[in-house]
Amino acid sequence: MPSQQPSPVRPAGAAVKPGYIRTFFRSSSALNLMYVPALFLFGIFIVYPLIKGVQISFTEWDGYSQHHTWVGLKKYTQMFHDKKIGTTVRNTLIYGIGSTLFQNLLGLAYALFLDRKIKGKGLMRTIVYLPVIISPLIMGYIFYFFFQYDGGALNDIWTLLQLEPIDWLANGRRAVWIITLVNTYQYMGVAMIIYLGGLQSVPKEYYEAAQIDGARWWAQFRNVTWPLLAPAITVNIVLNIIGGLKLFDVIVAMTNGGPGYASQSLSTMMYNLYFARQDAGYAAALGNLMFAIICVISLSMLFLLRRKEVRI
Amino acid sequence: MIGKIGGRMAMLLVLAVHLVPFYMLINLSFKPSEDNSSKWQPARSLYTDNFVNAWNNAHIGRALYTNIVVTFCSIALVVLIGALAAYPLDRHRTRWNQFIYGLCVSCLIVPALTILVPLYKFIVDIGGINHYWATILIQVTFSLPLSIFLLTGFMGTVPKELDEAGYIDGCNRFAIFFRIILPLLKPIVATIVIVIGVQIWNDYQFSVFFLQKPGVQTIPVALSMFISQFHSNVNWVAAGCLMGMLPLTVLYLFLQKYFIKGMADGAVKG
Repeated sequence: MPSQQPSPVRPAGAAVKPGYIRTFFRSSSALNLMYVPALFLFGIFIVYPLIKGVQISFTEWDGYSQHHTWVGLKKYTQMFHDKKIGTTVRNTLIYGIGSTLFQNLLGLAYALFLDRKIKGKGLMRTIVYLPVIISPLIMGYIFYFFFQYDGGALNDIWTLLQLEPIDWLANGRRAVWIITLVNTYQYMGVAMIIYLGGLQSVPKEYYEAAQIDGARWWAQFRNVTWPLLAPAITVNIVLNIIGGLKLFDVIVAMTNGGPGYASQSLSTMMYNLYFARQDAGYAAALGNLMFAIICVISLSMLFLLRRKEVRI
Repeated sequence: MIGKIGGRMAMLLVLAVHLVPFYMLINLSFKPSEDNSSKWQPARSLYTDNFVNAWNNAHIGRALYTNIVVTFCSIALVVLIGALAAYPLDRHRTRWNQFIYGLCVSCLIVPALTILVPLYKFIVDIGGINHYWATILIQVTFSLPLSIFLLTGFMGTVPKELDEAGYIDGCNRFAIFFRIILPLLKPIVATIVIVIGVQIWNDYQFSVFFLQKPGVQTIPVALSMFISQFHSNVNWVAAGCLMGMLPLTVLYLFLQKYFIKGMADGAVKG
């Protein structure tokens, strides 16, 4: 069959092509091919959804049908009139800022306590750090046993102290703080380890010099330790704030956003809107709001804290 | 002397507080369901039926298999794709490549949940719901920024003379990467495996959306289904939770030095 015969031009082309390919692969720009897989993944799973998310937030859509109606900014105006949004944003900020505060205070206290020659130091580090590797969802269930009304471990103590048992998670405000504390318990080990690393990187001569100058413990801490811990503080604050603002698993396990919507965060509310109420447009708008909040807070934190760091 | 004893007492107290949740979990999982005594009261005997029931009803065996497949494949891809990308970003620093690097690292702050709606729709469109590959690719994508960041930083410490030596010996640039550079990345790869491995193993926020069907659920998702069904039976729930957290906990207790160091390195440099 003539069509399968090699055309007379081919051999010449085949002779040129490998040479061309070889020069390309010899050039250093060929290396850029190596990040193509990564860029491809970012493109389809991050950039495309980000753009698509803005588009969806301008539509009325139930989440699965082919039917989209363009509604413009309606979902965003709806957001400003939604009474739940105020509570939800406030809860999200409590989860973010509250956990950051507790984790850093406790983490620093533990690190200062462990930064000495004492027995059992390793054991304590192991145990305080253990929750970090456990699924936050399981952690939430474990603490549910603790705070539940009927036969909850905390209420057993309450009865022992002759107090009325309390339904701890039935009050939204209290539930928010309890969830914040559970998150703190779980991740304070990370803060502790980072602060321990920071403390150990402070040169011992600085303390000796401070002692010769007559500085007491507090003066040493204030003037030597604190400024040199700045990089560790930056890392911890940014890490904890992002973690806290995204909190999802623990809330699902402990209250599922309840009672009502009182302990909801932006992430659980988005989940409910999309899968339970089938208002995908609204859920997407909420996602964009959350994206904006997290970006603004974490970038400004990073910017503010970086300027304050002292370099050794 | 008093300070020393005080310190010891303080430590014991703190340890006790930190161990309470674990005590309760283990204690509950060994009590029969009919035992209505306080959660603080130690179990009278070791009652193991809870484990059998939880294992069968939560399908933990199957979930364990899913977890291993998803975590293992994701980590392998994250390391491979991350190392591939890091090589030109460190060794070939043109202005364009620095821009690309900036782009990769800025993906670090994109919180995955905020783009859930469009991402879920996209996965539905390409038919990836309830398939391992979709979840794996998503886990890989969201772990890549950290992996690229750590690998590029580490590659900067690998001397360029090694590349030149390889080049003189006739390796092309890709062979240099695979034969010389890649084997030298072991320390940072260990860090990445630990940090990202723990994250993916425990992941709930992606798995609950993309692996919903019974049979392809990961441990956290399978447990959450089991618990919503049997939440009144605290002892079963406790046994399920205990089994769910056991694999990583055991690994952690044996390799804790690496875990703590790896996770701290990953966080500080990230």
